Amino acid sequence: MPGAADATRAEADVEAGGPRRDATPALQVAGEPAGSADAPGARTLATRELNLYYGDFHAVQDVTITIAPNKVTALIGASGCGKTTFLRSLNRMHELTAGARVEGEITLDGQDIYAKGIDPVQVRRLVGMVFQAPNPFPTMSVYDNVAAGLNLNGSRVKKSEKDEIVERSLRRAHLWNEVKDRLDKHGSGLSGGQQQRLCIARAIAVEPEVLLMDEPCSALDPVATLAIEDLIRELKSRFTIAIVTHNMQQAARASDVTAFFNIEETGKPGRLVEVGSTETIFTSPSEQATEDYVSGRFG
Amino acid sequence: MSQPEGTLPTAAAELRTGLLPAWAPYVAVGASAVCVAAMLLAAGAFSVALLLVATAGLSCVALYLWSRSVEGSRRATDRAVTLMIVSAFGLALAPLLSLLFEVTKRGLPGLSLEFLTESARGVVGGGGAAHAIVGTVVITGVAAVISVPIGLMAAIYLTEYGGGRLRRALTFFVDVMTGIPSIVAGLFAYALFALIFGPGIRLGVMGSVALSVLMIPIVIRSSEEVLKIVPNHLREAAYALGTPKWRTIVSVVLPTAFAGLVTGVMIAIARIIGETAPLLVTTGVVDSINSNPFEGRMQNLAVYAYSEYRTPGVMKQASYDRAWAAALTLIAIVMILNVVARFVYRRYRTEIR
Amino acid sequence: MAGPLAGQILAAASGGRRRWGDRVFSNLAVAAGVTILALLAGVALFLLVESLPAVSADPDRLPGGKSLVDYIAPLVFGTVLAATIAVVIAVPLAVAAALFISHIAPRRLVLALGYMVDLLAAVPSIVYGLWGIFVLGPAAVGVMEWLEADLGFIPFFEGPASATGRTMLVASLVLAVMILPIVSAVAREVFSQTPRKLQEGALALGATRWEMIRMTVLPFGKSSIISGAMLGLGRALGETMAVTIILSVSGVVTFNLISQANPSTIAANIALDFPESSGLAVNTLIASGLVLFAITLVTNLGARAIISRQNIQ
Repeated sequence: MPGAADATRAEADVEAGGPRRDATPALQVAGEPAGSADAPGARTLATRELNLYYGDFHAVQDVTITIAPNKVTALIGASGCGKTTFLRSLNRMHELTAGARVEGEITLDGQDIYAKGIDPVQVRRLVGMVFQAPNPFPTMSVYDNVAAGLNLNGSRVKKSEKDEIVERSLRRAHLWNEVKDRLDKHGSGLSGGQQQRLCIARAIAVEPEVLLMDEPCSALDPVATLAIEDLIRELKSRFTIAIVTHNMQQAARASDVTAFFNIEETGKPGRLVEVGSTETIFTSPSEQATEDYVSGRFG
Repeated sequence: MSQPEGTLPTAAAELRTGLLPAWAPYVAVGASAVCVAAMLLAAGAFSVALLLVATAGLSCVALYLWSRSVEGSRRATDRAVTLMIVSAFGLALAPLLSLLFEVTKRGLPGLSLEFLTESARGVVGGGGAAHAIVGTVVITGVAAVISVPIGLMAAIYLTEYGGGRLRRALTFFVDVMTGIPSIVAGLFAYALFALIFGPGIRLGVMGSVALSVLMIPIVIRSSEEVLKIVPNHLREAAYALGTPKWRTIVSVVLPTAFAGLVTGVMIAIARIIGETAPLLVTTGVVDSINSNPFEGRMQNLAVYAYSEYRTPGVMKQASYDRAWAAALTLIAIVMILNVVARFVYRRYRTEIR
Repeated sequence: MAGPLAGQILAAASGGRRRWGDRVFSNLAVAAGVTILALLAGVALFLLVESLPAVSADPDRLPGGKSLVDYIAPLVFGTVLAATIAVVIAVPLAVAAALFISHIAPRRLVLALGYMVDLLAAVPSIVYGLWGIFVLGPAAVGVMEWLEADLGFIPFFEGPASATGRTMLVASLVLAVMILPIVSAVAREVFSQTPRKLQEGALALGATRWEMIRMTVLPFGKSSIISGAMLGLGRALGETMAVTIILSVSGVVTFNLISQANPSTIAANIALDFPESSGLAVNTLIASGLVLFAITLVTNLGARAIISRQNIQ
């Protein structure tokens, strides 16, 4: 159980009181007021009756959820129930697939990110993503990889500032000591765990509001996994974090809020079954399906 | 060797069925060669080519019969056919070896300093090929300048943009373009310029246009291949950082594919540098060095080789020598380009983990 | 940085310039695609326009004094004859060479051997022409004399055998060598992609290697071989310089492969006559070029159709 501030505990109690069992079975978390003083840059991502399609295929149905600031929200569930699809809609990566469609609302701090005139590129600068398999840019050095976000989206940053940002990001990602002498070497010479931390450093270097992580440890060994989980716990004080994971133990270790996705049968859309504090979901969930999943009866 | 009559074949007996020794095929070939050589010499019609072909045929038959008597007909067929395939491969390679040998033998004497540095202007029955070499470089260079941007952008369109109908149509038409005969490309360039400037015109740049028609589809094909290999998760990593699409292509996709793109262009150049037909009908034949593609006729190595053969000067053999020397130069350039291209690719390619 | 609300950031960035970089770039890309289409259309169009004068002209004003059809028909005959013989010779050899590389040669040599076969494709056609007339032609004279003597009853070998080797047979042989790497590359590709489980299944039944090849590899590769052959055919139809140099042309339409009197091919005819032609003669040659374009187009489209049908199954 991650060390929780008092404010978080108070929320957990609120969540424990009665999930609604109806078509939109998700809880509105009493979010922290925006612009919370001790968490610079963390914001709230909320969805309302979100439906996601690939062409005619209905992949995700009616998700209403709030991803709260300064918390780690874990999205769990069996394979194929739409967790990753849902995650990718949060930074408008879903629409990159041909035929993909979004219905419903996603708001970042109250602003609908799918509104007309909103530039998806801008959304992605505010909502960052770390992928399942580490993907540092192979033609760039470690330094350039971390600075890639700054270089590629045209922010004019002086070299000295850039140096600062790169070092800060690498320190936050707990990678600085290991690479500080090889900043100009290629990123592909690092181990898997180091590469993933490099990708995290790259993602946080642009100071997004929200950080999305899609099974960030599934390609890593247990030691590297634990290092990344520690890192995630630290990062939540600065960012809003949502992480998709297959690994229930990881969800239990690293997250504050857990959302359980499920799919009734193959071919049906994935649904959000229950969301609540991690402790509640794992010890006394309200839905039978949730109970079955977390106790290992399926998935 | 077969089992004695009346006994049931046991596994052991089956496995022990005779096998030819491992050196059997070589003996068959060697013995046949000797026999054929003897027969040819006796008939007074000896030639290397005849020796090789007849040996191949005879040894297949000999090996078949020998194997059949020891190993059975299935293995015999297998051996004989294998030998035939090996011979066929040798037959397929023989022209290459003969060609390389002959070109080197006949071209080397002509490769003098004079050949490389002097033009044929004002020299009766002599001179060099400098004008042709300059022309080749200029015409091919301009063709590359035209083809590479268009071809690369079209390949980018096909792999990074392009939805449905336009993309399929384009792929189809690129396929069609790869099949255009080189002389037709030359006629097109001629027709294009004739319609604009009037008939009878001959310009270096016309040759470049003709070569571009041939080069563009090659560049598109090879660039497309290389761009497709760039893994999609790299593009996604860039998008997730808030990078606009064009920047992703320019700063992530193209650098990652760079070595492959360069190799593709070099191989495309190697393919068209030896084209004669389109240049015969566009750039004309001239004796002096002309390095301005927009002014007048321009010579080039391939056409030079052809015209030295076709209209030899007073000293026929000297002209033929020059033709061979030009041919040798062409082959050398093509081989070097191919080798360097592969080297560049292996050395500079981006390893994707 | 407790900065402005994310909503305000988004609102500020939106409503206006859709990034101009993206727009310029994607327009460039589309423009390139359109250029290709325009180029192809242009080839057909310009050739058509320049051929028209010859189509509508009086037969006695055309070279040879015959009608356009009478002028082009023998050329078509020669083109198809040379290319067909080339394919007939090249395809079995190419398939055998491909089999050798994909299934028989020692694994370590495969790369080098493939490279050598591909080298055949890198040689410029003018070099093949010179080699054909100075080396292969003279060397083939003996064979052609033997063909006339022993097989002269077959129309192909009627003779009299040329003494210089500048015959349709030699030209076709050189064409065969030129297209062999194309066919072989296609065949090699498909042979090495024969599913392992098919091949292993045959071997597990006790088949010899040749039987396994015959049962699995060849049937699997059949349509690719055919389409490779058609690609080679397309190439042979359009080949110019080798034929121009080697063939001694008299314009007669005949199946006789070993004599001095041969039909020309469209491409060789253009190469020979164009440099000195003017006026209507030029238009006639361009018209013949258009016919060649049409023939190769049909051949290549057929090849692609066969390949795509193979991919669909």
